[in-house]
Amino acid sequence: MLAADESARIIAGGQTLVPMMAMRLARPTRLIDINHIAALSYIRADGDTISIGAITRQCLVERDKLIATSLPLLARAVPFIGHAATRARGTIGGSLANADPAAELPLIAITLDAVFTYRVDRRTEKIGARDFYIGPMTTSLPGDAILTSVQLPVWPGKIGVGFHEVNTRRSDFAFVATAAQVELTDDGRCKRIAIGIGAATDFPIRLATAEEKLKGSTLDAAIVKDAVVQALADVTPLSDLHASAKYRRRVAADLATRAVVDACSHALGRKLHAH
Amino acid sequence: MLLGANSMRIKLTVNGDEYALEIEPRTTLLDCLRDHLGLKGAHAGCEHGVCGACTVLFDGVAVRSCLIFAPQAEGTPITTIEGITPGPGELSPLQDAFCETHGMQCGYCTPAMILVAHALLADNPNPTRDDIVEAISGNLCRCTGYAQIVEAIALAADRIRGTNRPPEVRK
Amino acid sequence: MSAGPHRFVSTDRRVREDRRFVAGKGRFVADIDLPHTKHVALVTCPYPAARIISIDKRRALAMPGVHYLLDGRELAAATLPLMAGLDTPNVPRRPLAVDTARYSGEWVAAVVADTRALAEDAAEEIDIRYEALPFVLDAEKAIEPGAVLVHAAHGSNVLLDRTFVWGEVENDFAASPRRLSLRVKWGRSSTVPIETFGVVANWDAWRDVLDVYASIQMPKYPDQIAMALQLPASAVRVHYDVDVGGSYGVKRGIKHSVLVSYLTRRLGFPVRLVEDRLENMRGGDAHGPERLFDVDVAFDNNGIVRSMKMRALENVGAYAGRSPFQLGKPIGAIVGPYKIKSVQYRAIAAVTNKTTQDAVRGFGQAPTNLALERAMDEVANTLGLDPLELRRRNMIRREEFPYTIPSGTTYDSGDYHTVVDKVLAHTSYDEIKTERDRLRAEGKLAGIGIAACLEPSGGNASFEPLLNPKNTTTTWMDSCRIDVDLSAAITATMHTSSAGQGHETLVATVIGEVVGRDPDSIRVVRANSLNSLPSNSPVGSRMAIMLGGAAFHAAHKLKAKLMAIGAHDLGIPLERTVYEQGNVHDRAAPEKRCTWEELVAIAHRNFHRLPEGFEPGLAVAHVYQVPTGGTLPTADGRVQMYPCFSFEFHLILLSIDPDLGAPRIVRYRLGHDCGTVINPKIVRGMTMGGIAHGIGAALYEEFAYNEDGQLIAQTFMDYLLPSSHEVPVVEIVHHETPSPHTVLGQKGSGESGYLGAPAAVANAINDAIRPLGISINALPLNVSKLGDLIADARARRGI
Repeated sequence: MLAADESARIIAGGQTLVPMMAMRLARPTRLIDINHIAALSYIRADGDTISIGAITRQCLVERDKLIATSLPLLARAVPFIGHAATRARGTIGGSLANADPAAELPLIAITLDAVFTYRVDRRTEKIGARDFYIGPMTTSLPGDAILTSVQLPVWPGKIGVGFHEVNTRRSDFAFVATAAQVELTDDGRCKRIAIGIGAATDFPIRLATAEEKLKGSTLDAAIVKDAVVQALADVTPLSDLHASAKYRRRVAADLATRAVVDACSHALGRKLHAH
Repeated sequence: MLLGANSMRIKLTVNGDEYALEIEPRTTLLDCLRDHLGLKGAHAGCEHGVCGACTVLFDGVAVRSCLIFAPQAEGTPITTIEGITPGPGELSPLQDAFCETHGMQCGYCTPAMILVAHALLADNPNPTRDDIVEAISGNLCRCTGYAQIVEAIALAADRIRGTNRPPEVRK
Repeated sequence: MSAGPHRFVSTDRRVREDRRFVAGKGRFVADIDLPHTKHVALVTCPYPAARIISIDKRRALAMPGVHYLLDGRELAAATLPLMAGLDTPNVPRRPLAVDTARYSGEWVAAVVADTRALAEDAAEEIDIRYEALPFVLDAEKAIEPGAVLVHAAHGSNVLLDRTFVWGEVENDFAASPRRLSLRVKWGRSSTVPIETFGVVANWDAWRDVLDVYASIQMPKYPDQIAMALQLPASAVRVHYDVDVGGSYGVKRGIKHSVLVSYLTRRLGFPVRLVEDRLENMRGGDAHGPERLFDVDVAFDNNGIVRSMKMRALENVGAYAGRSPFQLGKPIGAIVGPYKIKSVQYRAIAAVTNKTTQDAVRGFGQAPTNLALERAMDEVANTLGLDPLELRRRNMIRREEFPYTIPSGTTYDSGDYHTVVDKVLAHTSYDEIKTERDRLRAEGKLAGIGIAACLEPSGGNASFEPLLNPKNTTTTWMDSCRIDVDLSAAITATMHTSSAGQGHETLVATVIGEVVGRDPDSIRVVRANSLNSLPSNSPVGSRMAIMLGGAAFHAAHKLKAKLMAIGAHDLGIPLERTVYEQGNVHDRAAPEKRCTWEELVAIAHRNFHRLPEGFEPGLAVAHVYQVPTGGTLPTADGRVQMYPCFSFEFHLILLSIDPDLGAPRIVRYRLGHDCGTVINPKIVRGMTMGGIAHGIGAALYEEFAYNEDGQLIAQTFMDYLLPSSHEVPVVEIVHHETPSPHTVLGQKGSGESGYLGAPAAVANAINDAIRPLGISINALPLNVSKLGDLIADARARRGI
């Protein structure tokens, strides 16, 4: 249907598309409502990944026990998405494909190296998160493709997570967001770490050089801050109505540090730093 | 009303009643309820999904009716403020609690607030203040500063819990 | 003036209006369905300034369901310009731009179609050619010589530039050992009700009447529609029984109303315009003040502020609206609660190519309070004095009332020191300071903010003749009519619309109190403008005073009639009649009695038993002029403005995450004195709402423009209204200093909280960041700017 009509669009949760239509910024001639395709709504373990169907409602992910135990970073981030009423309709796939630079789900996808599965021309294709997000509100998903699911890897072992965002009002789009997941060795050192920064650039990024540097370290705040600041030196943050580039760079470093420290505490079984 | 090639026949279930309608598919559920079914309790505040004044219950869950097209609502039971009002001139305990604490002024956001509260209390009969604040945080009110709304919901929760417990267990 | 104790007034009664709202049975303008109604959508100018070269209607007119397309030229030929308050004939304002559009979003054409959606479809098909013109957005630039002119024919961008000197300002400055100067900016925000403005107009050609239903809060609304359409006001029937979904000043909608009124007369069917949110934000002409203050204060080493100079520059927008008068109203409380002896006040209203403003809650008082309270805090800071102690030393004392301020207004009553004491008895100052220190020890920036402000109430709008000498208005009134019917039931009529203030409850309570009958048995209805008595609408925090006053006096007239009928019927002198709850008896012989029902029956049926000269029936009315009103300004610009002054004292503890620049209000205490409180639930709700609104203006809300003259904050995604998460728990401590001028001692409370919250928040932020040697004097706060400011200061200090 999508291939047949160039101005047809898929509608899932509608929480982004419908406002745009109301403001006449999006003008599809037809809407293809995929909300009732039950086969696209699921959460299941698949080996060492969790697979989530594209039209799974955000509120289902929010309440899911499997996600809470196996994907704690996702569980931490979902309550930050919009409001309960928008999570009641909004879908995982919708938010991931919309690629808003400030959205939480793309940040988690990048941080955890998610893999997206999509259907195009009756074929099934896969693409990694880092290749999926290519610009603000822009993904490499072909125009007549439909995202069908996302696969998120489960980290075994002693893991912990941290998530922070800063915004004007609590439920607004963030102007800086950070996500961190760590796996600790038995003696409490960093075995594996992923640090993602969202809302500061056109699409979420990983602080790969910081991750490299922090492997094997004790992850105290000063060491983490140093590594993160260095990694951000090569990044050009956005400057807009909400925040200056200077602000984003500085606060990204700060919140990334907090996220990593929280993740470490979490992994060690200590209480999370409350914000 | 002009309808032509661009119209769809749909069936909606609202407040337990079934309606057969012929509408332009681009009609939102909000506009459909108000203009085609005469249910004026859901209000347009922004029509872009932020203010929450258009809230209805979609299979018991609070959603923004301005972000759903009427055809999408087929097959899902919809509840509006008219559906939770017991009868002409009668108020539910929740509605009465809003009157007791004066949890409104102009009344424009009120049906939406009540539906959100209704859904909250159905899910969580003993909400904390934080639970209430979080539940209504997606609904904007410009008149009250929220204080007396939060108090209304807490009062309603208290009263509803009280009536459902056997007498000897009540304080 | 009767302050209590009362049987119904001040008791915890429910607000009767709530019943219909909780069931979704309010009657908002969009709920009204008149048969054959057609819908309007607007075509707006995309440029901040442009000449309209041509309008090609052909494609649009060919669209399905389209009935008409109205442009500015046609409307201007058939109507008069909208009323302006100042004498500025070369700055005409019309609903649709004529030849020149002056802000991005200004309405250029209107489409009338079968549905709103079809009207919007057609609006996109109108071909309008523009020639973009130079524009100016900044008020300071606009008043510079050589600035781009918004209205070429006016010759400058200045609508008003008036300096008032009250008292020996220069001498007082010369005699003072200290002075300081401060620049304070109030960003452009507004009240932004959740319901947009809407109006339905229907011309009845057989009765020659224009019926108007609108979400309206505006004095002289029917009159201004009539004037524009060149009809007598007796041809315009505004229905006041439409529920207004919030207003707080802005719902004037006069251009919307003239537009649809013209269309219905032209086209012969009802015409409806309900703004969508984008139209409302960008072109609804409902923005609020955007004001730049330069304040100079002269003080001594004890912190007594002797004199003040204030220049207030207002960025009015492209047309006058009510904006210039929002510079004038604060004159009535220009020194706040303080004994400042002399004042120089310069008010400048400048047009720019931004959206037009309308009246916003407080009518300029909240921005003025911000400037004044920031100055007071900086005086304290300069002297190393505690800011609270500074307020105590400067505030007018209870025994000094009535107190006349330099600009000629006399404050009626107050006991500011007691209100402050009461707040501190509730939460000690030391306790709050300790908590602040604890937050600081935890690494936060933390500050205490206070604000002491007045709420002028009663709506004696003498700033109108003050700023426009051609205007000699001194009448501000409201009315109440009471009828007792044959069944002995009481019906009261009020003569304006309401937007949630609980006026029906107010009227029933006051009448019930005076006549001694249960308020719940008293019906309150609203008139329309053809069967109404004079009213000046709920503006200027006036209705408790004015509607309450009118209801009170009408009720006393009713009571007097009943007593006269009873005396006559019992054959006793009036002095011996005792009135109790509607019944009348002889003091000397209590068993000689006329019941309420009997008195009513005599009035309606038994003319032969009525006193000489009495009219049949039991209908009374009172038209109430504002207390202390009725005088014009003096030659040197002194005049009594509002009659009554409520007081509010804010005490806030605020914490800022130093790395993020994100503020959080930790504690909020308010002391509030609005005299006798007629309905506690209503007043508390108003105050809570006002505080939330003030927090919004301080921390979240701004109509931001980019350098291309485009309004960036057009939706609720960018114009940020406080949700339940953003409003802290507020504890209110009450005090009552009755007004000597009002019937029950009541003062107004419609603006409470909003008038002082931004000032208190600003002061708290400054207290928090002062240890870093920085300050902020512009609202709204921007988290990023504050964060960067803090980071730079810390870097400078090597932190």
